[in-house]
Amino acid sequence: MLETILLYLKVMFVGGTICMLGQILVIRTKITTARILVLFLMIGAVLGGVGIYGYLVQWAGAGATVPITGFGNALARGAINGAKTDGLFGAIAGGLIATSAGVSMAIAVAYLIALCTSSRTKKH
Amino acid sequence: MAKKIGVQTYKLDNPVYIVGRSSIVGDKEAKGPLSKYFLKSTTDDTMGESTYEKSERSFMQKAISFCLKNSKLNNADIDILIGGDLLNQMVTTNYTAEKFGWPYIGVYSACSTMSESLAVAACLLDANVGKYIMCVTGSHFASAERQFRGPLELASQRQTYSQWTVTAMGATILGKQGKGPKITHVCFGKVVNYGVKDIANMGAAMAPAAMETLVQFFLDTKTSPNDYDLIITGDLGKFGSDVLKDLLLQKGFKVGKNFSDCGHIIYDASQKTFQGGSGAGCSASVLNSYIVDKMEQKVFRKVIFMPTGALMSTTSNQQGDSIPCISHLILLEI
Amino acid sequence: MRLEKVDSVQERNKLYLDYIEAKSPKSSWAKSLFHAFLVGGGICVFGQTVSDVLKACFPLLDVNIISSWVNVIIISITIILTGFGVFDRIGRYAGAGTVIPITGFANAIGSSALEFKKEGLVFGLGAKLFYVAGPVIVNGVTFSIIVGLIYSLIGLF
Repeated sequence: MLETILLYLKVMFVGGTICMLGQILVIRTKITTARILVLFLMIGAVLGGVGIYGYLVQWAGAGATVPITGFGNALARGAINGAKTDGLFGAIAGGLIATSAGVSMAIAVAYLIALCTSSRTKKH
Repeated sequence: MAKKIGVQTYKLDNPVYIVGRSSIVGDKEAKGPLSKYFLKSTTDDTMGESTYEKSERSFMQKAISFCLKNSKLNNADIDILIGGDLLNQMVTTNYTAEKFGWPYIGVYSACSTMSESLAVAACLLDANVGKYIMCVTGSHFASAERQFRGPLELASQRQTYSQWTVTAMGATILGKQGKGPKITHVCFGKVVNYGVKDIANMGAAMAPAAMETLVQFFLDTKTSPNDYDLIITGDLGKFGSDVLKDLLLQKGFKVGKNFSDCGHIIYDASQKTFQGGSGAGCSASVLNSYIVDKMEQKVFRKVIFMPTGALMSTTSNQQGDSIPCISHLILLEI
Repeated sequence: MRLEKVDSVQERNKLYLDYIEAKSPKSSWAKSLFHAFLVGGGICVFGQTVSDVLKACFPLLDVNIISSWVNVIIISITIILTGFGVFDRIGRYAGAGTVIPITGFANAIGSSALEFKKEGLVFGLGAKLFYVAGPVIVNGVTFSIIVGLIYSLIGLF
């Protein structure tokens, strides 16, 4: 029980801190949404590529996999694992295979939602 | 014919009168402090149309119709339509001009379009081109947002120095005869660029343009801020207004209580717009409601109306160019 | 700032920009960082909960598949909330707290879909679905292939 609580605290801490770093960046540099996504993705991918991010995932679970850095890590790890098992073909296809569920679902759900509703003007 | 005085200012031989006007605003603006001055407001910002671009057109057409009704003129009395808007290629005004069928001059200077239209119209009328000229401009929050920023439902925080594009239209009919407020001087602005690149910080980008036009106008007419009851800019917002006051002070002109900004007064602080309103409709609707109302009541007798416009495009901005700005000035008297 | 004393435009602009930088109203640091931490951390905790529930129900599932499922679920919820016009309000409160988690990616796609469908299903929704989120896929995929190739090359020796 204590272990579970500790894990959840770690998840909150790591996830929250990554977001807080992002917020510091937003305030300091007025960075746009698209840029911030790319920047954090690349940080995750680099850390994943050299194998550091995996420790964070082991330690904090969803606290490390849910932020976009986790997405970058999954891309890099996917390519590396693909290279291990399928050689050159795996190196090329592995990244997208590892992340394909999220991307595919995002496309499909967005398409369907867009068929049902529209954007609306904002009051505040 | 208008006579040039000084470097940029023209004095009209025969003043040109405001013979009709209308302002129509969206829901958020109607809940602001200027609510009671606006002619019409709507709670449905879509105007029942399927896209926000069409809603904007519908807003503009309503503004023109109300303006005609208000002035008791007929369609056939209008000689020329002068106007513009913020959307690419000024589609809103183009389709509106198609609908009304008047000869049409499209002008663009972003949020300064109202004063540019009025200044051009005044000079034309003074030179005996036409008898009545309709000037119209405006903006719509949703269509501007999707063209200049991004999807409406994108969850991003706005910067504390940003402004809110107003949903509003203003239309004015200028004529050679009339009573009430009249345009006596116009001052066409120059493009001014002080190197600001952040499109969220419009106030800072546009304040120098306002300063340069205003200072030149004071020099040309040999007047000072105290000679006017109201000096009102378009959408510098609260922050931009403070910057403009600083800039003017450096040039030796001190503006006090007689200075105001349409964007700053159109919303109150509780409406969470940070620095206030922006957009072509901001100055257009406030001019055709609050300012002219107060002039007719003789609260203000001499008013400098000088909205500012930011002339960048999304492409130039993405390519890292700084924002060129302009401010056209007209002097209204009663 | 004494702008009238400078001769070149560059110098004037630099002075002006410094002045603007100093004078611009600032966001409140503590509050916005706290909001980002709270919401961002909260989304991750939600993810962990989903992950634990999945693990309890399907003990045989691979760890990577579970974390993919978590992302799929969070992405779907985000896009649905975006469709109802609720998500941008959460985002306005949380700032980076909703941008950095996978919710930011999902909201970017969902909001583009809703916005650009008005230009049709082909040139609007179809072409501009990745208007905001595209750079993520483009950079991420390119980088992953580079990593994979480097790894293959190292493996050769």
